[in-house]
Amino acid sequence: MSVLFLLIGTSILIAGAFLAAFLFSVNEGQFDDDYTPSVRMLFDNPAEQPSTEKITTTNK
Amino acid sequence: MHCSSCVYLLENLHRLEAGIIKSTVNFQRKEVFISFNPTLTSLRAVVSLLAFTGYEPAISLKDATSAVDEKNRLTSKRLNRAKIFRIGLAGFCFANIMMLSFPEYLSSGTVDASLSNAFTWLNFVLSLPVLFFCASGFFVSAWKSLRQNILNIDAPIVVAILVTFGRSYYEIISGQGAGYLDSGSGIIFFMLIGRWFQDKTFDALSFERDYRSYFPLGVSIITADTNVAGKTHEKNVPVTGLKQGDRIIMRNEELIPADSILVKGNAQIDYSFVNGENSTVHKVQGELVYAGGRQRGGAIELRVSKLVSQSYITQLWNNDIFNKPKQKKESFVHPWSRYFTLVLFSIAIATVIFWWFNNPGNIWPALTSVLIVACPCSLLLSHTFTNGNMLRILGNNKLYLRNAQVIESLAAIDCIVFDKTGTITRANQSHVQYTGLPLSATEKAGLQLLSSQSAHPLSKMIASELKNKVSYSPELREFREYPGKGISAFVENLSLKMGSANFMKAQVTQGIQQEGGSKVYVQVDEKIKGTFSFSNQYRTGIRKEIEALKNEGFDLHVLSGDNSAEKETLEFLFGPEARIFFRQLPEEKLQYIRHLQLNNKQVMMIGDGLNDAGALLQAQVGIAVSDNHAQFAPACDAIIDGEQVKNISRFLRFARAGKKIVTASFILSILYNLVGISFAVTAQLSPVVAAILMPASSISIVLFVTLAGNAVAKKQGLLSAARPDEDHTAF
Repeated sequence: MSVLFLLIGTSILIAGAFLAAFLFSVNEGQFDDDYTPSVRMLFDNPAEQPSTEKITTTNK
Repeated sequence: MHCSSCVYLLENLHRLEAGIIKSTVNFQRKEVFISFNPTLTSLRAVVSLLAFTGYEPAISLKDATSAVDEKNRLTSKRLNRAKIFRIGLAGFCFANIMMLSFPEYLSSGTVDASLSNAFTWLNFVLSLPVLFFCASGFFVSAWKSLRQNILNIDAPIVVAILVTFGRSYYEIISGQGAGYLDSGSGIIFFMLIGRWFQDKTFDALSFERDYRSYFPLGVSIITADTNVAGKTHEKNVPVTGLKQGDRIIMRNEELIPADSILVKGNAQIDYSFVNGENSTVHKVQGELVYAGGRQRGGAIELRVSKLVSQSYITQLWNNDIFNKPKQKKESFVHPWSRYFTLVLFSIAIATVIFWWFNNPGNIWPALTSVLIVACPCSLLLSHTFTNGNMLRILGNNKLYLRNAQVIESLAAIDCIVFDKTGTITRANQSHVQYTGLPLSATEKAGLQLLSSQSAHPLSKMIASELKNKVSYSPELREFREYPGKGISAFVENLSLKMGSANFMKAQVTQGIQQEGGSKVYVQVDEKIKGTFSFSNQYRTGIRKEIEALKNEGFDLHVLSGDNSAEKETLEFLFGPEARIFFRQLPEEKLQYIRHLQLNNKQVMMIGDGLNDAGALLQAQVGIAVSDNHAQFAPACDAIIDGEQVKNISRFLRFARAGKKIVTASFILSILYNLVGISFAVTAQLSPVVAAILMPASSISIVLFVTLAGNAVAKKQGLLSAARPDEDHTAF
């Protein structure tokens, strides 16, 4: 049964990592606008534009 | 911004202008953030590029006078993030606590003691952020209202939260059991979601606008050159810096910022911004020109006679009601929660007394269980979810409410006051009628061509009216516009003239009616042919709607700032018992509403112009009508699309049904509470019963109110029109 301690600990850690990722994304403002990114990803942007690259990375 | 193409264009601005580094669109707010390199381009160039591509930025006096606005927006953004943050954290903790609690429920003692001990302590740790961070909003709100001696719905909730967590912590620390942390954090999670659902707002709309949002930022003033006598300079100054006696230049289409006296030029002032009237007013030198008017025609020179903040139109904002926040009416849920609390405490006391005599050992567990299980959270949940759902349904039908409180105010309305222009009539569309001698095909074509040359509002209307009746387009020669008088030109071999009565060379023989709206005379080859007259075009379906409202017993009133030309039509529409008033000043409208309220009426005001602003704010519910977002929508409780005015009675019925839904769900939640309390008073509430009962009741109540709300919306025909995609194109 004592293996459960390990499993529970791991599961909480993993869940905590996802929570941290979520909180990070909220702080980054990814939940501020829930419509525009869905449109933006449909545009064919030439890759050599540095600015557009920036936009796509934040949308991952 | 209307569609994805707009997003595409605006995000690719850097291809059009080298100096722009990056532009990011927020579609729902209708905003674009642009970063540019000031050495390569200028702010001015960016603005003109935006205007050129069709996205002219809205620059107004308000941007200059209030940095507060921007600050408010940033705080609301931060608050919104904090809300999502809390929901996420509460959800995480709730789910993990629930999982760790399962062995406790299901195994009934077969789990290893050290293991179950570890689970409980993990729960203990996980529940701390829920209690101290996620639930903090409830504590703050309860404390605030307690300090004002009001017992709002959050107070009993806080009691329940404190008792739940307090007892659980006591049990854990003393090693008696696992407590009720799972149900406690679950409830907080659901309540947070409910609040968020209700508070979701329409980002692109502003309900706080006043005249400053519509006034220009700068104005050209004339200053005398100090070196050369008689020579003048023109320079731009901010509107707020205008002083009495300044001489300002107003060009075509410019908005007059302050009450002034006409010094030079031909003034054709269009007051449609202020009162919704279509025709322009001709002013001669020395006459007073009011702020809010728009010059149509050549440049004029004015001498400022009053400060911007003291001008006729802006004075309305000095009225008290603009300076104190609108009185918040208490939701009917709060008195309910008060009774609920009273009953709850009497049950608790009865339980204590009962166990005192029977088994004193049960007092403590029974009392805490009663307080835990009878949490009024289901009251809160039913209320927030019903309102959130209704806000969405109404939003899909293009009635955008400022907040959920407006729904309750809507349900109580018994008296409706309409503005005329722009509300029951269309703002920019008039019915054009020609009376006089019949016109030949050439003459019609010529007149259409002639009238389409001018930017005058009446001329534009005639042009669009004749457009369908013209089959070919002749050649136009020697077009001339006489500002304030009329237009003339030659078409083929005809000499055509259109304009006011005194513009016509030949004597006008027909009777000139002053009252009855504007007229445009038509002259062909020195002979008066006839006149075009204009009357208001009523919105389609408005007659049926007024009929429906009358049948439902609403008290109807009409307050118009316009002349009484439409009196007969309005009397026909509203029937003999309605009260209809014309030439109402903004202040009079406000007073009229106040008067109605003193007679215990729940007043709803529907209007669109700047002159309705006071009345909209004074009324219990002020609804601003808007045919497009650029039009003036003053501070109000709700914004309605012009085409939806004909559905007012449905919206009102829907709001009243909403109240019934909330009441029904209250009864449902009280039934749940009775079951829970019957466990609790007998001191038999085990954590597993609480963990099943509380989420089950919450979820079933949310389901009930959502389904009931949709059913009512369907009955009122509001659901079929609900096309979420169109939501974005509406504004």
